[in-house]
Amino acid sequence: MSSTQTHAPEIDAVTGTATTGHSWDGIAELNTPLPKWWLWIFYATIVWSFGYFVVYPSWPLATSHTTGVFGWTSRGEVASDIEDLKKLRSGNNAKLAAMPLADVTKDPQMLDFAKAQGKAAFGDNCAPCHGAGGGGAVGFPSLVDDDWLWGGKIDQIEQTIKFGVRSAHAETRAGAMTAFGTGSSPILKKDQIEQVADYVLTLSKQQADAKSAEAGKAVYAENCAVCHGDEGKGNQELGAPNLTDGIWLYGKDKAAIVYGVVNGRGGVMPNFAGRIDDATIKSLAVYVHQLGGGVK
Amino acid sequence: MNAGVKPTARHDNAPVVVETGEGELYVSRRKIYPQSVKGRFRTIKWSLLAFCLAVYYFLPFVRWDRGPHSPDQAVLIDMPSRRFYFFFVEIWPQEVYFITGLLILAALSLFLMNAVAGRIWCGYLCWQTVWTDLFQAIERFTEGDRREHYKADQQPWTANRVARRAAKYFLWLMVAWWTGGAWVLYFADAPTLVKQLLTFQAPAIAYTWIGILTVTTFVFAGLMREQVCVYMCPWPRIQAALTDEHALNVTYRYDRGEPRMSVKKATQLRAANQPAGDCVDCDQCVAVCPTGVDIRKGLQLDCIQCGLCIDACDTVMKKIGRPTGLIAYDTDINVKRRQSGEAETWRLVRPRTLLYAGVIVVVIGVMLSALLLRNDVGVNAMHDRNPIFVKLSDGSVRNAYTVNLLNKKSMPRRFLLRVDNLPGVRVETTGQAGAQDGFPLIDVGPDQTRQMRVLLTMPADAKIPPQTKIQFRLVDTATGKSAAHADHFMAP
Repeated sequence: MSSTQTHAPEIDAVTGTATTGHSWDGIAELNTPLPKWWLWIFYATIVWSFGYFVVYPSWPLATSHTTGVFGWTSRGEVASDIEDLKKLRSGNNAKLAAMPLADVTKDPQMLDFAKAQGKAAFGDNCAPCHGAGGGGAVGFPSLVDDDWLWGGKIDQIEQTIKFGVRSAHAETRAGAMTAFGTGSSPILKKDQIEQVADYVLTLSKQQADAKSAEAGKAVYAENCAVCHGDEGKGNQELGAPNLTDGIWLYGKDKAAIVYGVVNGRGGVMPNFAGRIDDATIKSLAVYVHQLGGGVK
Repeated sequence: MNAGVKPTARHDNAPVVVETGEGELYVSRRKIYPQSVKGRFRTIKWSLLAFCLAVYYFLPFVRWDRGPHSPDQAVLIDMPSRRFYFFFVEIWPQEVYFITGLLILAALSLFLMNAVAGRIWCGYLCWQTVWTDLFQAIERFTEGDRREHYKADQQPWTANRVARRAAKYFLWLMVAWWTGGAWVLYFADAPTLVKQLLTFQAPAIAYTWIGILTVTTFVFAGLMREQVCVYMCPWPRIQAALTDEHALNVTYRYDRGEPRMSVKKATQLRAANQPAGDCVDCDQCVAVCPTGVDIRKGLQLDCIQCGLCIDACDTVMKKIGRPTGLIAYDTDINVKRRQSGEAETWRLVRPRTLLYAGVIVVVIGVMLSALLLRNDVGVNAMHDRNPIFVKLSDGSVRNAYTVNLLNKKSMPRRFLLRVDNLPGVRVETTGQAGAQDGFPLIDVGPDQTRQMRVLLTMPADAKIPPQTKIQFRLVDTATGKSAAHADHFMAP
């Protein structure tokens, strides 16, 4: 557009409206003018963008970026949100830390708080091994059934979470299944292991060779009863499983039992004392206890 | 750069008189000074304005008794407790389809209005029209009618002019503020909130919203006016695509009006038995138009079809002794037919109107029956997915569910949670009030939802397939009213 040469705009014959002078394949663009304030709003957004440029991180540098006058970062915003949340929960958490667990279950408000907080903490800390719903997996105990290796009362659950099982903590729950069939001079011979496995099968009323099982009874009494009890009911002090019920951490068939007797068993659960605070551990105990398997 | 071009105003579709240079791509707004007018449509508009504003400003104060546990405000959007109350209707968030139904009805009514008589909504009922009308009345009250106001605007500022302008803005601000104030009353108990607002005890959000609506009302009704309709509202564009030749629209009857000429000349021509148009080109129709259009150019986007030009034209026609109705509600086809000497045709009942009316009746029927058959008991359950079942030490199988119990009545109720199609099941919950036939009795507070974790256990010796269809049934122990939810019981 030149400032000296002006010419009259073309007028569209059908509508009588001026065209912009642009024409594509004979199709002319009618000039329907926008209101001026529309244009001013557009300019205002450009001015506004300079404000953004100054206030927020905007320009990449060689190794970093400009930080903006307030030093705002999205990461910092999340951190401050989390701080706010912690502050918001601090009253309840202080109360929870000082409260015996038995009282928590009787206080509906604290119970709701602990359950909600426990659910989130469970997802963060427990779900990778025990499953999102606490259903467990082979080698990782189910937390929703009524069978507990170390006790299913709420205080016992809290202790397990705090100190772990066969963990590095001094107060850890310790005790492991002995390996009876490894090494140069194994404690039990191969046929003895077969026999005791058959006997263990009968404890939970499973099919087994009657003769072999009969022979295994003596082997059991000598080697196993010390931990698993004379009747095979287990011992929660030692974490020795109940062999008479229908729940098997590593499988209920003979092969799994033989493998356990030969090689021993001893899964590890880390201690959470020192990793997460007491109030959160208490919340976890409350949450796990009410999942479905907690013992009154 | 481009000298001498008079930018064409947006509403002026006449051929542009161009001297030199290129057409402007942006135009300044041409200020409109609508003149006051008296007549049939002005009266209708005043009455509807009074009615609409009265409803808007006073509805929050209407009371409706719902018992001791629910609010007694007839129309209330209760955000904190997530309830919407409208007289006898109470809607929970999951029943938002009622709102969808309302929106469908609103759209269809708009279409039907358009098929029958054009932009009735725009001209008489739209809040943009109602508030603009009110603001223009205030403007005429403070700064005078069209001529006076226009003249003053051409003069330098005087103390008198400043005072009148200030008075206008003050009155506008009061109306805008009161508009925002009424808005927030729909979201809380109105009398309480009014007291809080007056003593500055109201929540900050109330003041914020009053502020926002004060600004939007002031800007839209006071400053933007017809530009909201022309540049911001989608309906004029949609309307133009939906109208047809049988729809009544505010129409200049050019068959009667053209050619335009002075009263004197028309009298002479008529005396000589020659054709003469009735339009005397007095421009009164343009003067009274709130959006500044010339209706004689036909149906156009900027025309909100308020009918004020009809009043103006009728006044003039009476004065010059010609029949009224040179501008009137008329149909496109009739103007054409009269022009070619054919008889008028009126087709109010045609496929288009029948269809819209029919669908409206269907939607109202569906919504009304849904509303009347609405169950005030509700139950839904979510089966635990991980694990889907648990084997207990004695070999029995347990499934866990998260069950929501809905009491949509404003009184506390006791329910029996039955589990059907699974004989021998053991049902356990925590927090139940008692048991009946082995099923838990559960108390739910007035107008509340209660979430329970429910454990179903089947004994080891029960022969059950991997998947059994079951049903949770929640029964009101007092009335026997119930609701059901289908689910599954999973086993190895």
